[in-house]
Amino acid sequence: MEILSVTGPASIQDLGRFDQYRFGVGTSGAMDEVALRAGNILLGNDENAAAIEIPMMPFKLRFGRDMAFALTGAGVEAEIAGRPIPPWWRSHARAGDVLTIKAMSRGARLYLAVGGGIDVPMILGSRSTQFRGEFGGWHGRPLQAGDTLPCASSTAAIDELGIEPADITLARPDAAADQTIVRVVIAGEYDAFDAATQALFWSGRWKITPQSNRYGYRLQGPDMKPKAPVEKRSHGIVPGVIQIPPNGQPIIQMRDAQTSGGYPKIATVIRADLWRVGQARLGSELRFEQTAYTDALAAEAEMSTYLDRLRTNVRLVEELRACR
Amino acid sequence: MTVTDRPRISLLGTSALLFEAPGAFDLPHQRRIWALAATASKWPGIREAIPGITNMMLTFETPPRELDTLIAALNDGWDAAEGLAIGGREIRLPVTYGGEVGSQLQSVAEHCNLSIDDVVAIHAAPLYTVFALGSHPGYCYLGGMDPRITMPRRQTPLQRSAGGSVSIGGSQTGVSASPGPSGWHAIGHTNWTFFDPTWPAPAALAPGDTIRFEIERVIR
Repeated sequence: MEILSVTGPASIQDLGRFDQYRFGVGTSGAMDEVALRAGNILLGNDENAAAIEIPMMPFKLRFGRDMAFALTGAGVEAEIAGRPIPPWWRSHARAGDVLTIKAMSRGARLYLAVGGGIDVPMILGSRSTQFRGEFGGWHGRPLQAGDTLPCASSTAAIDELGIEPADITLARPDAAADQTIVRVVIAGEYDAFDAATQALFWSGRWKITPQSNRYGYRLQGPDMKPKAPVEKRSHGIVPGVIQIPPNGQPIIQMRDAQTSGGYPKIATVIRADLWRVGQARLGSELRFEQTAYTDALAAEAEMSTYLDRLRTNVRLVEELRACR
Repeated sequence: MTVTDRPRISLLGTSALLFEAPGAFDLPHQRRIWALAATASKWPGIREAIPGITNMMLTFETPPRELDTLIAALNDGWDAAEGLAIGGREIRLPVTYGGEVGSQLQSVAEHCNLSIDDVVAIHAAPLYTVFALGSHPGYCYLGGMDPRITMPRRQTPLQRSAGGSVSIGGSQTGVSASPGPSGWHAIGHTNWTFFDPTWPAPAALAPGDTIRFEIERVIR
């Protein structure tokens, strides 16, 4: 399929590259893991199959042959050959059909998955784009108009099928409009901040600044200064870690983050909520909610249950259709 | 042993854990970290054991249900760890100090109350040991910097710093392997390939290797 037009850094991502930290290689991977998995489940793909992550609209591409595709993640206004496509939907394209995505009304990243997945080479265990290392994905770089991406052949069913978006099924209580509440586990330097500053962290409404991207989300809010300056020896960090640099404004490390750092860490966004950060829009607000390690594991189990249900439902629909 | 002599163990959410050794930022402590990492990387449920600077991150294949057993194993492992001396190769890296990329050379000199020539001479004097890889693909954290040229990290990290930058962050120094964000102060630059995903081991250097900086040029 050929990219006709693209705005902003769209890239090829799978679930990520997880066992190369010792070489300084971070995870990369989809900012919204749930949406990527859901798109692949809809298509009967391996859940780690690579898809296109699209952070900005408009976006347009032409399918080179007949194939199934799915749109998950952000809510968008999309059309295939002039026909509107609902959110979190699987559909079928004919060779030559043009997919047009105009506007993003909800969320921050759309996933376009195709039957069989985007067939770029597996490098160091993943097809995800490593921007800093300039490898993986499509030549290690964001997609450009004119790129023609190879797709694996697929025998997936091609009937239309939709599922409920994860942000509705897994909605968190008490979140105001344009506000995302994420659960965090406190990290090593939490106690380097006095009680009043810790309280500011929990009560603060953290605005997502325009300097936020796949590397990290830079937040703006109350001034978070530790009791005394903290200079850590460099150590490993993972996506979700919230650092407080000396300017007192938090940075949430995201999927393209460095694999190590030395700024004090106040907390870490739990894996079950990291996708919510990935779908939080620039200019909107984040709030942090403290969670114990065991509750964070329970939240992951809840996310897995949602995905299990999705797998079952999609399989049941296929079986029903096969019976008819 | 007092409480402060014990390692610090803290969580990085549910996907990883950080082990910080007590004591100095020196080669003997780092060798114990290498030994502990070699042991811990074989434990069940552990994806990788990644040495940092006198610390180690464990990433989980599966997050442990309860952490007490793992924490005890780490503490015991540290107490039992004999220094692992990794024999390495020695790399000579020609460095242009100062100039556009090394624009913080003057600031480091001022901060440390030294002349530019002093900072360059002090920085290029030691034989540095690669303590750990991290940050970005192929990047090496080096041990052995003279504390006289210590400078705290930036108040706000830069969104883009050049590839090949030779930088100081706190009491550490290193060379960036590619362009990207950085909270460190660049004092020079070098041209060398640290990483290639097509190599059998993608990073050119490994913990235990050594680097000597050669003063190619100083731009004031």
